[in-house]
Amino acid sequence: MSAPLILSKSAPLIAAMSARLIPSPRVLKALRRSLLQAIPTVLIIVILNFFLLRLAPGNAADVLAGEAGAATAETMAALRARFGLDLPLMEQLFAYLGNLAQFSLGQSPRYNMPVAELIGQRLPNTLILMLLALGGALAVGIAAGAVMAAFAGRWTDRALSVLALLFYSIPGFWIGLMLIVLFSVKLGWLPSGGAETIGAVHSGWDAALDRARHLVLPTVSLALFYVAIYARLTRGAMLEVKAQDYIRTARAKGLSPAAVTIRHTLRNALLPVTTMAGVHLGGLMGGAVVVETVYSWPGLGRLAYEAVMGRDFNVLLGILLLSSLIVVAVNALIDLLQATLDPRIEVR
Amino acid sequence: MTSFESRLPAVASHGVDHGMDHGATDAAQSAPPPPAWTNIHAPDALRATTSDAERLAPVGRWRATRAYLRNPTAVIGLLILAVVLAAAALAPTLFPEDPLAMVDRPLQWPGQNPDYPLGTDALGRDVLAGLVHGARVSLLIGAAATLVSVVAGVLVGATSGYFGGRIDDALVKLVEVFQTIPGFILLIVTVAIAQPTIPAITLAIALVSWPAVARLVRAEFRALREKDMVMAARGLGYGHTRIILREILPNALPPVIVMASVTVATAILMESALSFMGLGDPNTISWGSMIGAGREMLRTAWYLSAIPGLAIVVTVLALNLIGDGLNDALNPRLSEGR
Repeated sequence: MSAPLILSKSAPLIAAMSARLIPSPRVLKALRRSLLQAIPTVLIIVILNFFLLRLAPGNAADVLAGEAGAATAETMAALRARFGLDLPLMEQLFAYLGNLAQFSLGQSPRYNMPVAELIGQRLPNTLILMLLALGGALAVGIAAGAVMAAFAGRWTDRALSVLALLFYSIPGFWIGLMLIVLFSVKLGWLPSGGAETIGAVHSGWDAALDRARHLVLPTVSLALFYVAIYARLTRGAMLEVKAQDYIRTARAKGLSPAAVTIRHTLRNALLPVTTMAGVHLGGLMGGAVVVETVYSWPGLGRLAYEAVMGRDFNVLLGILLLSSLIVVAVNALIDLLQATLDPRIEVR
Repeated sequence: MTSFESRLPAVASHGVDHGMDHGATDAAQSAPPPPAWTNIHAPDALRATTSDAERLAPVGRWRATRAYLRNPTAVIGLLILAVVLAAAALAPTLFPEDPLAMVDRPLQWPGQNPDYPLGTDALGRDVLAGLVHGARVSLLIGAAATLVSVVAGVLVGATSGYFGGRIDDALVKLVEVFQTIPGFILLIVTVAIAQPTIPAITLAIALVSWPAVARLVRAEFRALREKDMVMAARGLGYGHTRIILREILPNALPPVIVMASVTVATAILMESALSFMGLGDPNTISWGSMIGAGREMLRTAWYLSAIPGLAIVVTVLALNLIGDGLNDALNPRLSEGR
């Protein structure tokens, strides 16, 4: 038969595992390449966003005046001049880019504080929500996908497939509301919103526990959709890997089914799953906006929503830029991870 | 044999995993030599075996339809969608009154009043009428946004994948930019900038949905333009437009069709999230806006949020079932044993 062919297949992965700790020149090259490619992307995003936001009818001065109830023409002119809204468009753009070059995101007219500070207050809340949801979704999704692949075609697989498809079809904000109804209103187990109990003086463990209790429902609402995605992805990838020759080899040399599934199939199937995790980061951030609205979670998403409503363009530009930067950074990280994991991946 | 030859490119293009294809080629070469068919020179033919041809039978244009109809979950999806479509089409006949008009005492629970089987909301509006009329908005926006994004995605992806070079670089950059900006945030910003009307929401959803289609189409075109049939078409002197539209596009369509059904589902989800947040068209009723309105009464009248949400879940689930069914029916090689 074709024995030599079978043996050669698992070699690259073993080599990668041993070389994992030392970043090889190849991996560094991959990192440099992704960073170089990211610079024009981010620049285009900034300029595009800038012009997109200037298309909006009304500006921060209009909204402020509207909320105040009345404003004279002089007040309006003064407000516009203060926020630099009376300058020609290109001058505004260059002023903004100049600010960015000095790592300043500008000033928020509405909150009257630096945008960076404003974002800095909200970012940790959103990041913790996103990371918990992503981590949870990956863990549960991969486990469910592995079970589905192991029982492919049988009732376990079918039941889980239908469940995954159901999760895939549920709007995050709706499941959020339903979880509030069940766990806050009916059972009274978990808080229905906010990041911590207002007015409660907690310290140490109590404070941590309080925050954790507030995190449960938002995380679950955000994660469900991605649990479904990763379960389906893992299942598909594992079935594909299972058909490979090296799995037959592993089985033929007498490894237990569990060892074959976990060490040989799952490990190789994780590559496509990690790629997709990077792709989903942007979507996760969008989902966070909606979930944060449902749970009055003081995060970046709610800030974005408030900024849209208040025409606070500097804040919006900052959020769009920052979230794009996070996506770029995570994708670079994933490129790096993959170049390390799989030497067959071509580095241009 | 002719039918076998003509369907090969279409089938081969669906192999997402090229590693497996190479493995198959190696195996075919090291295995006992295949019957010497000196008349076949296409590279694809090397790894074709008789069993492949048998597995692809029944041949014919109805093969995919039959494969789809044999799949029970896919048929269920189709049936559910048919019901929702019928409800949307019959809404003006079933509930001729304005669904935003007050009809009875507010906050009647489902089952309380036989005239309003799903109850009334905080303003005394019929929930069932809202549900049926809301189906129109959801399906309309879902379908229209998908149509726009598929057309845009195919245009960009085909140009990019077929011509390559500088055009490709520029378009890939464009797609990358759109995929880096978090889609839903971009959607909110766009809708807030334009006025929240149905056409504006549709275009905004299309704006965040087309890059995925473009990526897929580009990958298909890049794989297909190297095929012998394209070379043959070029040799016959066909122009670029004809090759793109008549030779490559039909072969690239199956995965695009699958993606389109999923895009409709995502578009419906996006529209509902938008109108839930109060960014939808205020003059029409939609499932998302019903949930948003019901949210105020979540503690006392949770059915107001639950019912329209179930409508979204069922519709989106149906579309996803259809997508899965189409995928299995159109890509027979990928679905084997799954």
